[in-house]
Amino acid sequence: MAEIAEGGGGGHDKGKKRAKKASTKVDMTPMVDLAFLLLTFFVLTSTFSKPKVMSLVYPAKPKPNEVIPPAKVNNGITFLISEDKIYYYQGQFYTLGNPDGKPATELKETNFGPTGLRKLLADLNSTVLKNKEGLDKQLKSKQIQDTTYERMLNEFKGSKEALKVLIKTDDKATCKNFIDLVDELKIAQIGVIAPVDLLKSEQDLMKAKQ
Amino acid sequence: MPKIKVPKHSPSIDMTPMVDLAFLLVTFFMLAANFRSNEPVDVETPSSISDKIIPENVLLVTIDKGGRIFVNLSHTEARKEMLQNMSAKYKVAFTEKQIEAFAGMSSFGCSMQELPKYIEMSGEERKQFNTIGIPADTTNNQLKDWIFYGNIAALNTGKTKYEEASLNGLNPEINDFKPKFILKVDGKAVYLHAQNVINTFRDLNLNNLNFITSAEQAPQ
Repeated sequence: MAEIAEGGGGGHDKGKKRAKKASTKVDMTPMVDLAFLLLTFFVLTSTFSKPKVMSLVYPAKPKPNEVIPPAKVNNGITFLISEDKIYYYQGQFYTLGNPDGKPATELKETNFGPTGLRKLLADLNSTVLKNKEGLDKQLKSKQIQDTTYERMLNEFKGSKEALKVLIKTDDKATCKNFIDLVDELKIAQIGVIAPVDLLKSEQDLMKAKQ
Repeated sequence: MPKIKVPKHSPSIDMTPMVDLAFLLVTFFMLAANFRSNEPVDVETPSSISDKIIPENVLLVTIDKGGRIFVNLSHTEARKEMLQNMSAKYKVAFTEKQIEAFAGMSSFGCSMQELPKYIEMSGEERKQFNTIGIPADTTNNQLKDWIFYGNIAALNTGKTKYEEASLNGLNPEINDFKPKFILKVDGKAVYLHAQNVINTFRDLNLNNLNFITSAEQAPQ
């Protein structure tokens, strides 16, 4: 800039000589000023990353006088979220002194970091992840088509060995906690995700943990 | 003579490449930019690894930090139809001008009774406007009606758009034109607020919902 300014000054000093010689040249400085002004404006106002959407299918609501028997899920895990805290238990929930004579369910705590939740899910859903790896290889070497890949992957996700997840939230859980959890589940290739209501007994267990 | 020429030429730089570059960048940013829309609330969405982009025909429900609810519908024709149906149901009259203004608005969040006043406001006033959002409690669930009529209106516009595209010989996919339901929740909002909205959707048998998230790098 300093040099350009100097040039302008020089032009002033020997104005007459310049005018004759540089008559065809246009002073581009205002145009450049404007260009950079616009450039700065667009750089500052534009938002680049278009927001993305994450889809989640909720279970349909039962009809008013329809009684749904409690689903027997094998290989299920239930996550309970509270404010930035996450607990889980595997299998069914048993209260203390239940008629089946099973030991009462105890909550385990984990965290949202890669060593907590992600590792846990990767271990529990290892069959699906392993199958997916095989599929990825097949897709890369073009042994299977995109559509077949999708179909096979969905089959694996719905298979018996695949982990099924229930999500329960208490009144302190934030949307961020919920979405972080669902995100982790998607990373772990879990097909069955069901957000359901929290039971009173579970809430008590959570309170006791805090 | 050469002594005079040298000091004359050296201080002036040829700016053409710089100008070229500047304009190239300006053009790029102008075309690539999508501006922040003038929403009545600022919502900070959580992040996820999902890479699905937002579909065309959407009904958007925004939930802000305090749990206030705002609704938006993407197509202007659908917005008009939705408002006319709502106006008939709640017996709140709107002038032709107000309906026109409503069609061009972004998200709105107020009760049906406040809406005529709300439409008359400017964008800045709407941000300041003290509202509880769209009522969605069990006794006065206006959100449910907005979603119900919004869905019908969006289905209708989706259908006309589909027919238009078919006439143009584009061989469109009907599912691309069906309305999608999107929730834009603030990360700090308590999940119960979102759950209330989700249950309203589920009451209407609309179970396939989408959450807006900002993109995040997937772990390797």
